[in-house]
Parts: sequence; structure tokens; C-alpha cells
Amino acid sequence: MRKFKEFIIEKLILVCGIASIFFVVLIFLFLLKEGLAVFNIVGPFNFLFGKSWYPISDPPQLGILPLILGSLLVTLGAAIISIPIGVGCAIYIAEVAPLKIKEILKAGIELLAAIPSVVLGFIGMVTLVPIVKNVFHLPTGLTALSGSIMLAFMAMPTIVSIAEDALYSIPKTYKEGALALGATHWQTIWRVMLPAASSGILAAIMLGIGRVIGETMAVMMITGNAAVIPNSILAPVRTLTATIAAEMGEAVVGSEHYFALFAIGIVLFVISFAINVTADLFLHKKQ
Amino acid sequence: MVTFDIKKLNVWFDSTQALKSVTMQILPNEILSIIGPSNSGKTTFLRMLNRLNDLNTRFKMNGDVLFDGQDIRKVDVELLRRKVGMVFALPLPLPLSIFDNVAYGMKMAGVNNRKRLAQVVENALKQAYLWEEVKDRMGESAFKLSGGQQQRLCIARTLAVEPEVILFDEPCSGLDPISTAKIEDAMVKLKEKYTIVLVTNNVKQAARVGDRTAFFLNGELIELDKTEKIFTVPQDNRTDGYIRGKFG
Repeated sequence: MRKFKEFIIEKLILVCGIASIFFVVLIFLFLLKEGLAVFNIVGPFNFLFGKSWYPISDPPQLGILPLILGSLLVTLGAAIISIPIGVGCAIYIAEVAPLKIKEILKAGIELLAAIPSVVLGFIGMVTLVPIVKNVFHLPTGLTALSGSIMLAFMAMPTIVSIAEDALYSIPKTYKEGALALGATHWQTIWRVMLPAASSGILAAIMLGIGRVIGETMAVMMITGNAAVIPNSILAPVRTLTATIAAEMGEAVVGSEHYFALFAIGIVLFVISFAINVTADLFLHKKQ
Repeated sequence: MVTFDIKKLNVWFDSTQALKSVTMQILPNEILSIIGPSNSGKTTFLRMLNRLNDLNTRFKMNGDVLFDGQDIRKVDVELLRRKVGMVFALPLPLPLSIFDNVAYGMKMAGVNNRKRLAQVVENALKQAYLWEEVKDRMGESAFKLSGGQQQRLCIARTLAVEPEVILFDEPCSGLDPISTAKIEDAMVKLKEKYTIVLVTNNVKQAARVGDRTAFFLNGELIELDKTEKIFTVPQDNRTDGYIRGKFG
């Protein structure tokens, strides 16, 4: 009887384990089936590098280069803002902050991660967008820059908490060894701790960026949604994610537009997958 | 002339007292061995001398520790740690090449002249009896060395910053007898130029290399005397009991 119980439980757990893989495969297959159909209408090259996105003109123009560049621009901006601040914050928490401040900061970071992205987008729209508009004297504050700043807030919790873990898990002996040689605290952090934690910190950055690239709500609300190739970070842009979210509701099922949106989904999937795999490689290198 | 003059030193970690009114002197160019069972405060005492206890947020002290006549709390801590080098129980090479490990301390202190770096590194490795074994592989990762070699690398690294004092914290606890012998040889040679404080769990090691030996028990300094005397006619029963292996 006990053997039988064991058997049942084992198989149940097996099914749970397989289920997640099964669903991923299912989603991926569905995505492929719907998305690849677009290539009957436009070639892969024209799809990826076409310069105009007019999905409901006749004939539809389905080039997603403006969207890809929009996503990249916003992500790059967010990375430039969030990486130095995030890593700096991690160093401060792990190494410098007194115990009390450390706890307050950690709680604050967790709270930041808990804010729903639509709320961040909403706050950005009301506060940040007018500021960007006034500071740069623009006709509108709905720009890639606004999106970057808001997304930086979203990447920061991921970057800070994983980078802080990486710094914290360095053997204490490294630090003592360097200090005992007369290195200053900062020299120890810069020359010993950061190199030793580099793989974990890189993984933190990649995962933070992964989060930014997949983010939809906030960018849709504050980047202006103009599907044109941006000429500066102060221009309105539209990202891959926002395009799908905004247009899926009005695309006729089975139309070229519909297939094209699924194909954008594939592109996003590939980008996120690549980022996660890279982050994973860095994390494994550490172990 | 004394190197360290310690007066009525008390140390606490939170409410636990780790050292109780320790008064002693450390003389230039001697090897002072410190023995005692675990939890007797030996390592705490050693880490007092280069202020490594400061890293512990629960650390509190009173009393005085004078290094070359100066209160160690008033001198620049980085300078103090360069003058009072430390070799740890476990060899802990930094994740760098052999050369860079030895050159690390000097680079931190701002020495960048390559020729001078190379010369100091070679000298330090020779003093640590390691030069012959590594001279052809200076660029390799320090992790490729054996445990004993790594520990001698750490000694070389400490020597390279030209300290006055070297603190050894159970330097041979993880090493085989041959590596241990090499490190002991190095210590005896090094005392010509440096003052050495050796914390060891190995009573015989204290007897072999120490000029004077101090016995700690429960945070108190029980006895400090010439090594021969400690090991032949100790004044205190507890010292006698410990070196005969009755407890500890």
C-alpha cells in the first residue's frame, strides 16, 4: 500500500513538472503557427527591416523596423539609467549601509517591485511627461526618454536585489584579505568584490533588461505610440509590446494584420529568450 | 623599544567578553606564539593588532593598544594594515594571477612602476620560499597552486607591502606536514626582518618556532614567557594542563 502511495505521488509530481514544459511548447507552437503565416505576405527580411508599419492601409505595409528600434531605444535608455543606479544601490546596501538603513532600503526596493506597471505608467503620465515636455521645450512629453525613465524604475528592483545577492555571497575572506593588505574600503569593493561578483551582477543586469523589454503597459501610456523610426530619444516611439497590446483588439482574426502581430510576438519571444539564456549562462559561470 | 604595547585591553562582541584585561608587550624581531583552546580569544587578540575587528559591527573595546608608541585607534587604518600584515588560516588568494596577487597590495598603495613591481614581487616570493616553484608561471591563476603553495603566496603577498609585523592566524591548519615545515622555515628566516605573531592550535608548532609563548584561556592571558620555560617549567597549572593535552 505504501509503495502504491509513493508511486502515485511520484507520478503526480512528474505530471506537474511536465505540465509547465508542455504549456510552453504549446504556446510556442501556437505562436509559430499564427505568426509564420505573415511570411506568405511579406518576406522575413522585409518584415524585420521594412521601414513602415501601416497594417490597415491597402495593401498593408508590415515592416516592424520602427517598432524594433522603438523597443531598443527605450530599453537602451532604461539600461543606461538603471544599471549605474541599480548596481550602485546594490553596493551601498551590501557593503556600506548601516544595518538599519539597509533594512529600510531593502523593504523600499521590494515595494518598488510591487507597484503594478499600469500605476507606474499612470504616475509617469501625470508627473514625468509634463516635466520632460517643459525641460526640453517639446511639443509633447510622450517620448522615448519618458518611457526609459519609467522603465528604469521597473528594472531597478531586479537589478538591485540580484546584484546585492551576488555581492553578499562573496566569501567574507576575500574582503578581509584585501583589507588586511591595507586596501581602502572602496579599493576592496572595486578591485576585489565587484570582479568576484561580476557574473552575478551581469545576470542581474540581463534580467533587469529582460523585464524592460517585455514591459507593455507603462510604455504604451507614456511613449507616444508613434510607429515611426525615431530620430532622437526625445521623439515619440512605439515598442513591439505596445503595438501588440494596442492593435490586437481591432485586428480581424485571420487577416494579415493579425498574423503580423503574432509574428511580432515571435520576435519578442526570441529576444526575451536570448536575454534569459545569456543571464543563465552568467549565473552558471558563477557556480 | 617594543613593537606592540597592550594595556588592559578588554574586548566585547555585544555582551560577550572576548578579551579580559590583557596586558602584554610584543618585542621587535621575535616570534611570539599564542596558544590556547578554541574560544580563548587568540584570534580576537590577533585581529586587534591590525584593527580587523573593526569590521564587526558588534565589536567594542577599551584599554590601549600602542603600535610603535602610537595608539592604533589614532593612526590611519590602511597605513596600519600595511605595516601590520596578516596571513589567514585558509589560504585565500584573490581571483587574480600569481603575479597580481603578490603585486596587489602595492598597487593599492599606488605603486605602478612595472620594473619596481616585478622586483618586489620576485623578492617577496623568494622570502616566502615560493619563487622557484612559480617563476615560470606568474601569469597563471593563483587558484591553480596547491594549498601549501597558495599559503606561501599569501605570505609573499603580505611581504610585498613591506610590513613591520606579520600576523599569522593558524597558517598551517589546513596543510600537510611538508608544507607546514616550509612555512615554519620561512617564519624563522623572516623574523630577522620582521616581528611575527603566530596564533596556532598546534602546541608543538609553538614549541618549534616561538621565541616567547603566550597562553590564553577564556579571554585571559594566563602566562607569557620564554618558550623553553613555558614548555618545561610553566608557572600556572592551567598552562601545564593545556600543553600536556589534558584539556582544550
